[in-house]
Amino acid sequence: MTAMDVPEAPAAVSLKLTVNGRDRSATIAPHRTLLDVLRADLGLIGTKECCLVGECGACTVLLDGRSVDSCLVLALEADGAEVVTVEGLARDGRLDPLQQAFLDHAAAQCGFCIPGQLVAARALLGSNPAPTRAEVEDGLAGNLCRCAGYEQIIEAVLDAAEREGPAGSAATRSRPAAAAPGHGATGTGLSDPASVPDARVAPQ
Amino acid sequence: MTANLDGIGGSPNRVGGAARVTGGQAYVADIALDGVLHVKLVTVDAPRARILSVDAAPALEVPGVRLVMTPADLPDPMPRFGPQFRDRPLLAVGETKFHGDPVAAVAAETLDAAEEAVGRVAVAFEPLPAVFSIDAAQAADAPLVQDPALRPDDPFAGTNTLREHRYAWGDLEAAEAAADVVVEGTYEFPMVTQFAIEPHAFMAAPADDGITVWSSIQHPNWLQRVIASLLELPLAKVRVVAPDPGGAFGGKQHAKYEPLLAFMARRAGRPVRLVLTLEETFQAVRRGAARVHVRSGFQRDGHLAFRDIDAAYLIGAYADIADRTVAKGSYTSAGPYAIPAVRIRARSVLSHTVPSTAFRGFGNPQQIWAVESNMDEAARILGIDPVALRLQNLAQPGEPFIPGDTPADGRWAEAVERAARRIGWETPAQTGRGRGIAVGLKSGPTTGLSYSTVRLLADGSVVVYAGTSDMGQGARTIFAQIAARELGAPIEWVTVVMGDTIVVPYDQQTSASRSSVLMGNAILAACRDIQSKLRAMAARLEDVPEEGIEVDAGVVRLDGRELPIRDVLVRGLGRLGGEVIGVGESRKEAEPDHPLGGTAAFYEFNCTAVEVSVDETTGDVTVHRHVTVSDVGRALNAEQVRGQDEGAAIMGLGHTLMEEYIFDAEGRIRNLGAIDYKIPTTLDLPARLESEVIENGDGPGPYGAKGMSEGALLCVAPAVAAAVRDATGVVIRALPLSPERVWRALRERDAAGQASGASG
Repeated sequence: MTAMDVPEAPAAVSLKLTVNGRDRSATIAPHRTLLDVLRADLGLIGTKECCLVGECGACTVLLDGRSVDSCLVLALEADGAEVVTVEGLARDGRLDPLQQAFLDHAAAQCGFCIPGQLVAARALLGSNPAPTRAEVEDGLAGNLCRCAGYEQIIEAVLDAAEREGPAGSAATRSRPAAAAPGHGATGTGLSDPASVPDARVAPQ
Repeated sequence: MTANLDGIGGSPNRVGGAARVTGGQAYVADIALDGVLHVKLVTVDAPRARILSVDAAPALEVPGVRLVMTPADLPDPMPRFGPQFRDRPLLAVGETKFHGDPVAAVAAETLDAAEEAVGRVAVAFEPLPAVFSIDAAQAADAPLVQDPALRPDDPFAGTNTLREHRYAWGDLEAAEAAADVVVEGTYEFPMVTQFAIEPHAFMAAPADDGITVWSSIQHPNWLQRVIASLLELPLAKVRVVAPDPGGAFGGKQHAKYEPLLAFMARRAGRPVRLVLTLEETFQAVRRGAARVHVRSGFQRDGHLAFRDIDAAYLIGAYADIADRTVAKGSYTSAGPYAIPAVRIRARSVLSHTVPSTAFRGFGNPQQIWAVESNMDEAARILGIDPVALRLQNLAQPGEPFIPGDTPADGRWAEAVERAARRIGWETPAQTGRGRGIAVGLKSGPTTGLSYSTVRLLADGSVVVYAGTSDMGQGARTIFAQIAARELGAPIEWVTVVMGDTIVVPYDQQTSASRSSVLMGNAILAACRDIQSKLRAMAARLEDVPEEGIEVDAGVVRLDGRELPIRDVLVRGLGRLGGEVIGVGESRKEAEPDHPLGGTAAFYEFNCTAVEVSVDETTGDVTVHRHVTVSDVGRALNAEQVRGQDEGAAIMGLGHTLMEEYIFDAEGRIRNLGAIDYKIPTTLDLPARLESEVIENGDGPGPYGAKGMSEGALLCVAPAVAAAVRDATGVVIRALPLSPERVWRALRERDAAGQASGASG
């Protein structure tokens, strides 16, 4: 097949997804990433952009309950899916226990990595409501913090887990769809396992 | 300390923390400007190239492209800028100096269009010989990095040495003759990068009669001066908006591409925006690499007789603030010791590599790596315990240890003793583990000027204006704590305004861990100004003489009574309401005769002790315990201080164990970006990280505080290397202590052992 035979990609396609419980739609060029669409089209600036190669975790969001690097996910891969960003963690004006614990433990220094840390921690507690310290370290290993506030971040996650209790997270209870697929099942048509950041966490 | 320290030293939650955990914190790249054009930089694939021509026409044909800026579109001669030397051009003119040095820039309606157009700017260039190492740059026939015409009267102009710094005291010759033991070695520190998780972001927009520039910068007032000078505008017409940086670590101190964007915004007549990729930040900022030769002479009893240090820093293609890091990092390089004779020489060497700049520690970690490693080697040669050797030589409180500079301003021995005790220095480590200890000293700011305005509003709430950048160190919280305590407001009633040069009074800079001290003192002075106005108000209301009234910690005391400030305020302001405005200034004057232009406002002192094991088959170093003890004077916010100390410690483990730029033969950074350049993650933490602070209230800042954000990084490398030696017997004099380097050292040890075994 020569280059001439490659069908031209459509200039724009429509996208529908649920973000933080709200139905959203956008008309986008098909090559754009979920990160880009969240930030530029939907105005959700809480999700951050840094490395764009799935290494730093600043762009972590929940996609049908699983944490993903939104820089590695085409927006179209999220068509019909449910996305939770940092803006969706607080409910009814009340901070998520993780957010409160991050405040109480001074876990946010410059703050730039914090949205990704929080979302990754939310995913971790969704699948493991009572993690050990080592499990928290594994769960957040894909989220770089150059302020290196890791000790306080880890303490905050452990504290939040304790505050939420063994029944699991408030977010899980109030939003079953976010947690239902759990680890290992995507239900989103994601075909490339490399785009699922759980694969990047290799416990020591 | 007799003062009531209500509200100081606790850990109120970070002011601005809620925005940081809800995603509401807007960094530069999060700010949407109407009609903004997206900018991408055009570079050539060469470390140094003669630019023959730049043809913008093909790029201009890309739909959506509005401007292709080339040197031909800029004034002739090309405007240049830089904090120490005006050597950096807006765009490379005639010749590029490093991989990533832009020759043109594209502005387009979309980022896609800008990216497409970058590849269509036709640049004809001819690669030129280039230098990437200290040796190559200092060779007799080395190609020159900088045009000698930029410094015509400088004797170094025909070389790649930008400057040489020499410091000396005592009689070195006599001390050498009297020394019993001389220990010497050469130590290498690689290029590492700041890697703030927020890549540098810049925007510029034409204003009615001036310009507005947004930048993730640490020094907005400095940037304002640069832009005003380049555009020939009055300062009042240059507005720099500087939202909290998403990490900076020194890499965001000085102007980078803001001047270019200002010219582009004016030419396009539209706002422009440039957000660097992480890869581009690697090509924008780094720490200076260094090679340091140390000779130390000792009496047999362990007393230091002399120290002779010769250092070269590879600073890169443009000077930025790098030469200052060399000057300042070398000035204190003999360490926190009382030494009769010292000679220090240090050169900043230009090269065709990424310009280096400030990075947490500011030129000191390179020297401390060398000098403290040398100290450890000396301890073993002398047969003296490394802790005892340091305690024996440390400058005592109040002792002048660098002639003409600030005497030792803390009980440094206390930090060493606490670190040693905590790690269990007196009891042997378990089999297979090694321990190491080191100390680090850094001079705080040598000059300073900070202003603050504080407004006590009619209901007793407070607005503080401070030109400091809160880049994660938590300055906003500290300032709110000070104002809350002094004016009797709950901290939740204090708003701190930062980051806008049209609104906020002048602050020299956010660097050198200065802000709690210098800006803190300015805010304290502004609060005291308000207190004196409240005193006059109370005198009028209560009809008592002002002299008998005291205002402190939120209360007004008179006639044996205590009135809340708010009561006096509300009555004093009367029916029209209004507010009480205080202004404060904090100044540390320059001293022209001092080698650095001023004495140290304070010293940061840290002692780090670690316990490691080394995997003999892989060379992998595991840090089991990491104890870091910093003399902070007074911890104004305990949890924030802990975050700074532990963050600095882990950042130090990064350059100690894993970080370095690796170059190919053509001067490209091979590990360009997050996939191949590793920084510490949660899986790289010490098994136990323990931080302690020394608080003797002996600092020059509010309530006895010192600056403290860099100390815990300074001596991590020599402490870990000493522990590796303790565990394995190998001495390694180059960083990082990567598995490969450690493994090679172990095999060399084994080979040497076999050879000596065979011959014996």
